[in-house]
Amino acid sequence: MLRDITIGQYLARDTAVHRLDPRTKIMSTMLFMLLLFLVRQLAGYVFLGVFTAAIVVLAGIPPRMLLRSIRSLAFILALTFLLQLFMTRGEPLFRLGPLVATREGLNMGTFMICRLTLLVVMTSLLTLTTSPIALTDGLEHLLRPFRRLGVPAHELAMMMTIALRFIPTLLEEADKIMKAQMARGADFRSGNLLRRARSLIPLLVPLFVSAFRRADELALAMEARCYRGGEGRTRMKQLAFAARDGIALTTVAVMFLGVLFLRGRP
Amino acid sequence: MDGPLIRLEQVTHRYDPGRPDQVALDGVDLEVAAGEFVAVVGANGSGKSTLAKHLNALLLPTEGAVRVAGLDTRDPGAAWEVRRMVGMVFQNPDNQIVATVVEEDVAFGPENLGVEPSTIRARVKEALAMVRMSEFRARAPHLLSGGQKQRVAIAGILAMRPRCLVLDEATSMLDPSGRDEVLNTIRRLNKDEGLTVVHITHFMEEAGAADRVVVMDRGRVVLQGSPRTVFTQARRLERMGLEVPPITALAGILAAAGLPISAASLSVEEVVDALCPSS
Repeated sequence: MLRDITIGQYLARDTAVHRLDPRTKIMSTMLFMLLLFLVRQLAGYVFLGVFTAAIVVLAGIPPRMLLRSIRSLAFILALTFLLQLFMTRGEPLFRLGPLVATREGLNMGTFMICRLTLLVVMTSLLTLTTSPIALTDGLEHLLRPFRRLGVPAHELAMMMTIALRFIPTLLEEADKIMKAQMARGADFRSGNLLRRARSLIPLLVPLFVSAFRRADELALAMEARCYRGGEGRTRMKQLAFAARDGIALTTVAVMFLGVLFLRGRP
Repeated sequence: MDGPLIRLEQVTHRYDPGRPDQVALDGVDLEVAAGEFVAVVGANGSGKSTLAKHLNALLLPTEGAVRVAGLDTRDPGAAWEVRRMVGMVFQNPDNQIVATVVEEDVAFGPENLGVEPSTIRARVKEALAMVRMSEFRARAPHLLSGGQKQRVAIAGILAMRPRCLVLDEATSMLDPSGRDEVLNTIRRLNKDEGLTVVHITHFMEEAGAADRVVVMDRGRVVLQGSPRTVFTQARRLERMGLEVPPITALAGILAAAGLPISAASLSVEEVVDALCPSS
């Protein structure tokens, strides 16, 4: 039953967006996130919304997958909107008991909703169109220049790779332990929250013990294969920017500069 | 090259220096020639796994010395070259695969050695072909069978261009068909590629395929020789918690009963030929 869980939410397709270099996608997403917080006009958000929708279509992602991730955020979106509406000082619109809604609040609230929605959609697009392995590779390359500042780029990437490698193995094992405990009469499903949490102990203890044993053996195997950290290590797979990466990065950069320019005007 | 590829001289190993009475290896002398297929057998706790980990400097001798192609494993500068030359496949297939894609895992070793990316790609391709796993190169390792995982692990070693392959009970967690896959692979690598193989196992029938069988008991090498000469010592092996393969045991009983058959027969065919000689 645990085996149905997929890691990340990568949707394997063969589109221009999927083929982009992971570094391009990570950098563009980061620039886009910055943009979201710089834009101050509703027209700006409409433009960014259209841009996002264009990418969704280009990447062949079914919109309902994105709607699902927005829906899970509905509560936070509503709460943010209400807080902005009533807590911002300014020209009163209407009164609700002791609370005063303002015009400025309405504006801020609407912007917040636009920002958060586009933020969620864009980051989902990143993980939907980039495999976890490609993401890890991209992150390692992007963090490399910061190594001198003490950012352990290689180590982080290695940890992510190993985690990705062992998630299915550990899920399989958890499933096995769960069945073994159920065969001895363990009950994982009934009772209140506390009771159910406590019933997980006979699952988690063996799982952890085994994970530590695995880690120990893996470390030995890695050492036997001459692993000694990122120093002097090469990679078989080399990332290479293509023409489409140039186009994508230029597009985002132009958008970014455009917004900065518009912001400078009254 | 002159002399043996691996030479162990009076190797003693204690895991806990505070307890000198507990010795995992007790004065082991052993030589492995280049191109040889050696099987090391022994019951649990006989020290065979400890011995294996001495061959690639994962463990260092408390006393004595291990030399690989002339390099002393205690020399910290030589450890990585020793590990490149002597590759090791471990018992649990799941706990030695690092990457999320088969070919990336095979590339792990050469990447650690700092090999050129284009050369790595060529070596990975070649290594996967040698273990007949080329069609699985883009698969996720957790979807492979145990035997296939061990073959990927072997490919990962081959891509480092080793001189010797050590299998530390690499077949003990596999089902019979997985065991056959791995055994056929190492036998082929030994014959066709001239790769030196040290196969640590507690399955006596697997030792039958080796050039030489080394029997370990309580940290010592107690018996060694061709499978035939070792298997004739059925009683002695049993006292050490080892059993000769069933067909050899049967041949022994038949020979004792006066039938014209060698007590050290290794295969069913051999027994059939001895009992019913075709005219």
